[in-house]
Amino acid sequence: MRQIPVTVNGTEHLIEAWPMERLLDLLRRNLGLTGTKEGCGEGECGACAILFNGQLVNSCLIPAAQSAGSTIVTIEGLEDSRLKQAFIDTGGSQCGFCTPGMILASHVLLESNENPSELEIREALAGNLCRCTGFTKIIEAVRKARL
Amino acid sequence: MQDRIGTSAPRREAASKVSGRSIYTDDAPSYETLYGVTVRSTVPHARIRKIHFAPDLPLDEFTIVSADDLPGPNVVASICEDQPCLASSKVNHVEEAILLIAHPDRYLAERARQSVCIEYDPLPAVFNPALSTHAFKTCNISKGLPTQAFANAPHIIEGTYTTGAQEQLYIEPQSIDAAFLNNTLTIWGSMQCPYFIQKALDRVFPFPSRVIQMETGGGFGGKEDYPSILAIHAGLLSWKSGKPVKMIYSRGEDMAATTKRHPAIVKHRTAVDAQGRLLAMEVDILLDGGAYATLSPVVLSRAAIHATGCYFCPDIQIEARAVATNHPPHGAFRGFGVPQVNFALERHMDVIAASLRIDPVTIRRRNFLQQGQRTATGQVLHESVPLQELLDRALLESSYESKSGLGIAASLHGAGFTGSGERYLQSVACLERTAEGKIRVLVSSTEFGQGTNTILSQIVADELQLPLDDIEIVQPDTSIVPDSGPTVASRTAMIVGNLLADAARQLKSPGVNKASAKYVPPHGIAFDEATFTGDAYATFSWAVNIAELDIDQSTGQTKLKDFVAVQDAGKIINPTLAAGQIEGGVAQGIGFALMEEVTYEEGRVWNQRMANYTIPTAADLPPIRVFFLNSDASQAKGLGELPMNAPAPAIANALSRQLGTNFNHLPITPEKILKCDRSR
Repeated sequence: MRQIPVTVNGTEHLIEAWPMERLLDLLRRNLGLTGTKEGCGEGECGACAILFNGQLVNSCLIPAAQSAGSTIVTIEGLEDSRLKQAFIDTGGSQCGFCTPGMILASHVLLESNENPSELEIREALAGNLCRCTGFTKIIEAVRKARL
Repeated sequence: MQDRIGTSAPRREAASKVSGRSIYTDDAPSYETLYGVTVRSTVPHARIRKIHFAPDLPLDEFTIVSADDLPGPNVVASICEDQPCLASSKVNHVEEAILLIAHPDRYLAERARQSVCIEYDPLPAVFNPALSTHAFKTCNISKGLPTQAFANAPHIIEGTYTTGAQEQLYIEPQSIDAAFLNNTLTIWGSMQCPYFIQKALDRVFPFPSRVIQMETGGGFGGKEDYPSILAIHAGLLSWKSGKPVKMIYSRGEDMAATTKRHPAIVKHRTAVDAQGRLLAMEVDILLDGGAYATLSPVVLSRAAIHATGCYFCPDIQIEARAVATNHPPHGAFRGFGVPQVNFALERHMDVIAASLRIDPVTIRRRNFLQQGQRTATGQVLHESVPLQELLDRALLESSYESKSGLGIAASLHGAGFTGSGERYLQSVACLERTAEGKIRVLVSSTEFGQGTNTILSQIVADELQLPLDDIEIVQPDTSIVPDSGPTVASRTAMIVGNLLADAARQLKSPGVNKASAKYVPPHGIAFDEATFTGDAYATFSWAVNIAELDIDQSTGQTKLKDFVAVQDAGKIINPTLAAGQIEGGVAQGIGFALMEEVTYEEGRVWNQRMANYTIPTAADLPPIRVFFLNSDASQAKGLGELPMNAPAPAIANALSRQLGTNFNHLPITPEKILKCDRSR
């Protein structure tokens, strides 16, 4: 076991973990941040997406050792009420399991591109799978949040 | 007001979903929990000779359950009683559960699972449904005298159409928590049908149990019956160990072991006149049920009844069977047999049109069912049948006349259980007024993304003229809520919604603080299960879809440019949620058409990962444009499954037209497009 220092949602933590434990498990089990979901465990679905030093990553693919010293934002710590409200208003969340990852991916897009086209939104969200919505209302949510 | 029927009230649990606060099964805090895993068959059909545990495994640290441990009958209660909870002497499919193992450390539980070695005496296995010798169910529908009509027909057109297994791919895998305490078993889990699980537990365990639905991350039919066996497994481990047990499937286990859409072979033989009018139809349907019956009998009956779809034909013979193979069992997936038969039929209509040199619009217009006509089961369509209007609107919205190479398909979907199913269910819904003057809704109908909580709240709020915030949906818990039937078959808005409206009306009387309503079959509706004649469904929803696409001739990639879905699903309770259902169903239909196919190798799922079983992403999908006609009708009809039925044939028809070939087998992958024979 090792002590892994991480800053999550603005709070510093020292987490005891095996070096190859997944960051996803540290967040969910050690810190109780269960808004980050596991859909596939192999980096395909994006349900476990978080902001890792400002970048969108799948937390199921990050070993604990690699997360030492990192700054992490999960859905619980994401301060983007406008985007979250847009998902509520447009119906962009159905079963909700992909929603935290989808909102983080949308947030990262809007941070780098204030006025994305439909194509740019579709490409930016292509790493996050949603089985419920067909994406129409998710794209509406991103458009609504940018205004 | 935003709370009334017909307005887009926001999803009631949306705020907690977008903030990550919703508690799904694996999110609930656990204490002294064991992690349960399943040892599964690696062969498709064999006798179990011997089970070895690795010699270095400290067996006393683990809870191990085999078929010998069961405290009751070794059977998963369903339509047929053919599936064991755990295989004892024989396995009938790859991934069949044989042993359960639990340990406080999930990694050690997994290591123990991998260390179990099972010796088998192999038996011959059947993977081709056409070679199966055991039918779970057969179903024949006859109308008129097809033989005579064929003898005199100017044209007879035949075709064979096949579809593969499709994975539901809900993003939250199957998940169940169990706790056996004070002689009661409690199950928390991701599920559609708490009372199905309750019934399955009551069959196996000689003590009381209770089932509670947690927030559920998608179902699409995949959490209709499968959670029953998983709840039994988790319950067995908890009962034997005396500890809480958590069983969360990995994606690979979920994709390899759980039920999928039935692969189907559908053959059409149709007599038509020179104008393309349908004179007689013969349809032969073969479903691969897999190793156990699960829901195959009712998937089959729905498939058979929908086989002639939106078209009138005087003389019809439909023969359908669901047979046993040594594949893992196939089961419920949105559409429930209709996507397969509707793909066949709507493709066949285009094949007929092409061979008679009639255009796809005209052949449909000439044959669409009309009000007052009889369906294949002899059901008279008393309500309006808006197919011509739906087609008009779809043509308009897609600018069909000014473009070429578009694909059309129509579909219908019977709402509620088939035949007399709703009579047997006898669903009940209750309302209670609390001391604070709020209204509690007690139903076993579950929310798993479709919008159940919101639309049922709207129905009650509308009837009682209360704000939505005054309506509270009680978490489905079989110790608290009545059995309002399973959340399947596009039945919730229509059946349970009507019961709640009835209960709400009772609550309006002074002094009444509790009300319940029980399903009463509508007058004049009768179905004969023996002859398959009569009123198969209380009502039908209708749709016409048009797909516009481009084909990259060098890569074989299909790029959808536009997709128009026009439907009549009766009264629309919440337009945003309803459109969301259609958009999501269309997306699954697009996946079914172009990319999704579970590939079996010797009975084993070869592509059991999201990396090699691909579903449409945001980048693959077109804008999906949804239009509802007659949305201010007096009654809501089912709409959850309807959008799954027409997208695949609409796309296959567009591709077939553009490439001058017949794509009669799904999915139509880039490889198939590159290799296709364009000599038609």
